[in-house]
Amino acid sequence: MQSNGLILLSPVDLGMAAGLVLLLAALSWNLQLGIGRRMLVASLRSTVQLLLLGLVLKTLFASTDPWLVAALAAVMLGVAGYEVMARQKYRFRGAWGYGTGALSMFLSSFSIALLALLVLLQPAPWYTPQYAIPLLGMLLGNTMTGIAVSLDSLTRQTVDKRHQIEARLALGQTAAEAIGDIRRDALRAGLIPIVNAMATAGIVSLPGMMTGQILAGSPPMEAAKYQLLILFLIAAGTGLGSMAAVLFGSKRLFDGRSRLRRERLRS
Amino acid sequence: MSRLRIERLQRPGVNATGIVVEPGGCTAVHGTSGSGKTLLLRAIADLDEAEGEVWLDEQARSGMSGPQWRRRVGYVAAESYWWATLVREHARDWQADKLEALGFESGVLDWEVQRLSSGERQRLAIARTLAGSPSALLLDEPTANLDQKNTARVERLIAAWRQQTDGCVIWVSHDPAQRSRISDAQLEIHDGKLEQPRAE
Repeated sequence: MQSNGLILLSPVDLGMAAGLVLLLAALSWNLQLGIGRRMLVASLRSTVQLLLLGLVLKTLFASTDPWLVAALAAVMLGVAGYEVMARQKYRFRGAWGYGTGALSMFLSSFSIALLALLVLLQPAPWYTPQYAIPLLGMLLGNTMTGIAVSLDSLTRQTVDKRHQIEARLALGQTAAEAIGDIRRDALRAGLIPIVNAMATAGIVSLPGMMTGQILAGSPPMEAAKYQLLILFLIAAGTGLGSMAAVLFGSKRLFDGRSRLRRERLRS
Repeated sequence: MSRLRIERLQRPGVNATGIVVEPGGCTAVHGTSGSGKTLLLRAIADLDEAEGEVWLDEQARSGMSGPQWRRRVGYVAAESYWWATLVREHARDWQADKLEALGFESGVLDWEVQRLSSGERQRLAIARTLAGSPSALLLDEPTANLDQKNTARVERLIAAWRQQTDGCVIWVSHDPAQRSRISDAQLEIHDGKLEQPRAE
C-alpha cells in the first residue's frame, strides 16, 4: 500500500516479522537455550507498549494540550527513574535511591529538550507533541543508560575500594580527592556508549532514527541532519546527566566531615 | 608540642573521657579482641561519627574540617591499604631519614606496592603517615606482622619522632613487654570503656 510516498505496513507485514521471532523462540526451545519464554514475553510487551504509545500519541497530536504533554513527560521520567534504580547493585537507601537518578535525568533531558525546542527546532507552539515527545523520549532513553552505568560504577567501586578510600581519608585527603579516580572512572563508563555510537555512526551502523526516517520516505540528507542533531543532543544530555548523577552520588557517599558513609548504600 | 585531650567521646562501642596524652608522651592501650580498640582510634581520627570532643592543644576538633583534623592526627590502621601502583604516589613529602630508620633503601619509593610483603607495607604505612607531618599519632598494632628486628626499628623511630617533634602517641599493643618499653601511661579498654589497668 502506498500513500504520499510512504509505504504503509499492513498487519500481515507485521505478522510475518513477528513470525521470525516465533521461529527464533522455537529454535531456542529446541536448543534449550532457556531464553525462548523471555523473548516471547519481551516481544509481546513491546507490541502492547508501542501500540499503546501510538494510540496515546494519536490523541495527543490531535489535541496539542500542554498539560497532556507534561503528563506524558512526567510518566516517561517516572519510569526511566525506576529503570535506573533497578539497574543498581548497591542503591542508595531512602529517597536518594530513586531521586539521584531521576533528578539527574530530569535536569539533563528536560533542559536539553527545552533548548532544542525553544532555540533549534522552534515548532509553534514550542511544546507541539510531534516534536516534544519523540525528542524527550530519545533523550531520556539514552541518558537513562548513561546515568545507570555511571551510578552503578560509582557505588560498586566505592564498596569494593572502601578500605582504600578510608586510607586516603585517614591521611588527610578530602572526600573529593579520595574518590576522584572512582568518579572519573564512573563518568567514563557512562559516556563510552555514546562516544562509540558517534564514532561508528554511518559506517558500522545506520542509526535507528535515520533508518526509520529514510524508510518513512525522508530525503537521506534531511535524515542525516536530523540524526546528527539527535546524536549531539544525546551526547550532551548523557554527559550532563552522568556528571550530575556522579556528583550527587559522590556527595551522598560522604558526610560534612568527609567521612565515608557506606551504610547509606544498601548491601 | 601537642597535647591530645579526649572529652566524653561516645559512640556505640566507644566510651572515652578525660584522657590526656602529654606532648612527647605515649599512652599504650590494650584489651581483648572486640573490646573496641580500633573503634576508639577511628572515633578519635573522626573516621566514624561520635559524640564528644577531642582537643589538640587548645584547638577543638569541631573547629576544623575532617581532613584538617586527620592531617594533624595521623591514624595508622592495623592493615594498610594502597591505591596507586608505586609507593611514591601515596604521599607528597616522603622523609628519607624515616625510610632509612625503618630499614629501607632510598629506591623503595619506586617499588610497586603489589610486590611488597605485608611487613614492608606495614612499615611503609607508618612512613606514609609521618610524611604528612602530623602532630599526634594513633597506631593500631603497628608491629603485629613484624619480626623482632623490624619491631625494634619501629619502636626506635616512634621514640625519636616523639623527642624531635614533641608529638604524642596512642599505641594499641597486645604485647605487655612492648607496652612497658614504649609508653609512659597505660590504659585498658573494656567494652569500649577506657580505664586504668588493674594491677597485675
